[in-house]
Amino acid sequence: MSNEASVHEQSYLGAPHGLASWLLTKDHKRIAILYLISITIFFAVGGTFAAMIRAELVTPQGDLLSSDLYNKVFTLHGVIMIFFFLIPSIPATLGNFLLPIMIGAKDLAFPRINLLSWYIYVIGATVTLAAVFNGGVDTGWTFYTPYSSMSSNTSVTTAALGVFITGFSSILTGFNFIVTLHRMRAPGMTWFRLPLFVWAQYATSLVMILGTPVVAITVLLVAAERALHLGIFDPKIGGDPVLFQHLFWFYSHPAVYIMILPAMGVVSELVAAMSRKQIFGYSFVAFSSLAIAIIGFLVWGHHLFVSSQSIYAGLVFSIITMMVAVPSAVKTFNWTATMYKGAISWESPTFWIFGFMGLFLVGGLTGLFLGAMGLDIHLTDTYFVVAHFHYIMVGGGVMGFLGGLHFWWPKMTGKMYNETAGKIAAMLVFFGFNATFFPQFIVGYMGMPRRYHAYPPEFQFFNVLSSAGAVLLGIGYTMIVIYLIYSLIKGPKAPANPWGATGLEWKIPSPPITHNFSEMPVVTEEAYDYQHAPAPQRGVK
Amino acid sequence: MSSTLPFFPPSASTVASDVDYLYFFILGVSAFFAVLVSVLVLVFAIKYRRNKPEDIGADIHGSLSLELLWTGIPFILAMVMFVWGAQVFFTLSKPPADSMDVFVVGKQWMWKVQHPEGVREINELHVPINRPVRLTMGSEDVIHDFFIPAFRVKMDVVPGKLTTMWFTATKAGEYHIFCAEYCGTKHSGMIGTVTAMEPQDYEAWLAGGRATGSAVQNGERLFSDLSCVTCHKADSTGRGPWLGGVFGSTVTLNDGRKVVADENYLRESIMNPQSKVVQGFQPIMPTFQGMVSEENLLQLIAYVKTLKPAEPAPAPAKK
Repeated sequence: MSNEASVHEQSYLGAPHGLASWLLTKDHKRIAILYLISITIFFAVGGTFAAMIRAELVTPQGDLLSSDLYNKVFTLHGVIMIFFFLIPSIPATLGNFLLPIMIGAKDLAFPRINLLSWYIYVIGATVTLAAVFNGGVDTGWTFYTPYSSMSSNTSVTTAALGVFITGFSSILTGFNFIVTLHRMRAPGMTWFRLPLFVWAQYATSLVMILGTPVVAITVLLVAAERALHLGIFDPKIGGDPVLFQHLFWFYSHPAVYIMILPAMGVVSELVAAMSRKQIFGYSFVAFSSLAIAIIGFLVWGHHLFVSSQSIYAGLVFSIITMMVAVPSAVKTFNWTATMYKGAISWESPTFWIFGFMGLFLVGGLTGLFLGAMGLDIHLTDTYFVVAHFHYIMVGGGVMGFLGGLHFWWPKMTGKMYNETAGKIAAMLVFFGFNATFFPQFIVGYMGMPRRYHAYPPEFQFFNVLSSAGAVLLGIGYTMIVIYLIYSLIKGPKAPANPWGATGLEWKIPSPPITHNFSEMPVVTEEAYDYQHAPAPQRGVK
Repeated sequence: MSSTLPFFPPSASTVASDVDYLYFFILGVSAFFAVLVSVLVLVFAIKYRRNKPEDIGADIHGSLSLELLWTGIPFILAMVMFVWGAQVFFTLSKPPADSMDVFVVGKQWMWKVQHPEGVREINELHVPINRPVRLTMGSEDVIHDFFIPAFRVKMDVVPGKLTTMWFTATKAGEYHIFCAEYCGTKHSGMIGTVTAMEPQDYEAWLAGGRATGSAVQNGERLFSDLSCVTCHKADSTGRGPWLGGVFGSTVTLNDGRKVVADENYLRESIMNPQSKVVQGFQPIMPTFQGMVSEENLLQLIAYVKTLKPAEPAPAPAKK
């Protein structure tokens, strides 16, 4: 008894030791680390495919890769980045690690299911990688029918199966978070004392459990049509190809909110902490997350304005799409207002927030161009769309993830990384990102279609810019991996609360003990009570 | 390729400037907000930079009036964009009644074009300027998309149905045609050229083309070769309804539904005749799926459109 208790009083990283203790762990913090390692590997794989795309597009001729290989490369870039990096990125790593701690719980409601979700992710990823080595897949990550179901002769069925399996990992995570939030909040942790990161995770979890089953069944139907010639999507055997697009986007548009909502949650935490000031308009920021999650389910048809969908259906989807812009604007203004009369520290997490704000602004505003139907006709399926969704999903999503990682890294690992390196990386990624993707807006309006292996010469200038920017971006991302790993080996020990932040996670040691809290915390104050916040345990540089 | 600016597409149709104005409006609004927020963030970051590590910000929790302001203004602007965008979209969706018809068939990986007079082209489309052109498009395999950036028009070409788009070219010149929906190996090779010509040049070009019978003539030949004519008789004694005047009319089906006989209705009635049977007739027509290509279909439809009603139309003065 006393022996077991003492194990739980030690750092979660230290005890017990050994590979098996990690692979069989039920500790949400260790599972978060397992996910962090897995998604980093997939980010590197997806990034390698991106590098191949940018290398090919330096010249207008398709001279580096064959057309078939190019098509496989952009498909795998999309499939891996979306299903195996972006969707699990924040929820399964930062969310897994922080959600129980932030609400004062020992773990998630279902620790075994949490571990199961990671294994399902690994199995799904393995099946998808099997498709890569078994000839690849060339349908685009969108798997549009009837090309995917009847025309492509690549490993579509295997890849679809991989995506199907991975979906369950996402469903289980969302389900676990929702139950945990309803059942396991510490005494005094009312809904309106929850950190906004937790609100964002709640909204994300709703999308995960309501949307993911639809995409799972949709890709399964594609596989069924390929294997059994059931007439579902192919008109030659009685199906409807546009039906696929409705089903696919019913999930895949909300999936964008799975990627961006958690990043918004991270930014809400960071803006308040780095300004040491109460978040401006707490309830507006919290409810805007729910509004985005709910309205986000009703906009899928804006992907179908040129698909032969009824023009009246298009009208409805367009007006709702325009409405979903409003809660995002509300968040942005509230973050900005939080900085007003704040005490803003210029440490590395701040640099990541600025990067997020700049890129998310551009990403969100360019969504308006695509929601306006008459303009979308010209822009859809061009590089304008490619630029827009990279600004949201990578500019917003990945900047938010990296900001969160830099903010909570001391808590998660017990080590401090090099501040200067963190700032340089944030700026490299910000400028590299803009150099890569801003030219794509221009070349998109000029008319360059996406998924083109070769292109007319007048588009070359912008493609060269884009590829050059990608080099910067690649250096920035690589740098982060290096200095974060270096910090594990040589970094100074992190104090419990290096930023002087509020929140239960900063009241416990870095890294936390296995059971998070030595005794059950009782919450008596609102979130972001910076008027009574402790001083940072490290000097501001 | 004719191009005016190295970073902007040529603007060569009547709707191009409508689309561009909407683009500049949204660009202006976006730039305003992007600059506003960026400047505020930077000014706050500098002005309120923390001096001592333990400093804290002012005790401000929020402001209802500010929240209403920055909910209301974006909402109004978004609605303006919606209405404007919908207006342009409706213009793009409704071809003028006097449009000239051209038929387009997409297949992996080429565009086949047929003019009503019978001239055919591959990966080329010649059109006169200042005259609305309506494309009726079908696909033989997967989804393609006919995209002419200089005209700011684009439409999916979907197997199993016919889709339409229209434009009026305003400047003579050559412009890109791109397939904008990913369709497999040579997707980026499924490109072509629109040549917009002065009307007299277009007539000369048509006259010099190798016409292989007009679309209507080919349709008439098919109508007889496929034995359509044995059932669809003009004297209404056939086993099927006479098709004269059917196009554009409202047809009552045997389950009581009423549908407008547009191109897609005619297409479906040929490929899948059992799905909509006209009131008073038996569901005995065989399917012609696999027997007629998408091009044949377009020719058949062109021919059916020209058929006159069996008895004089009740409403006169309709031209």
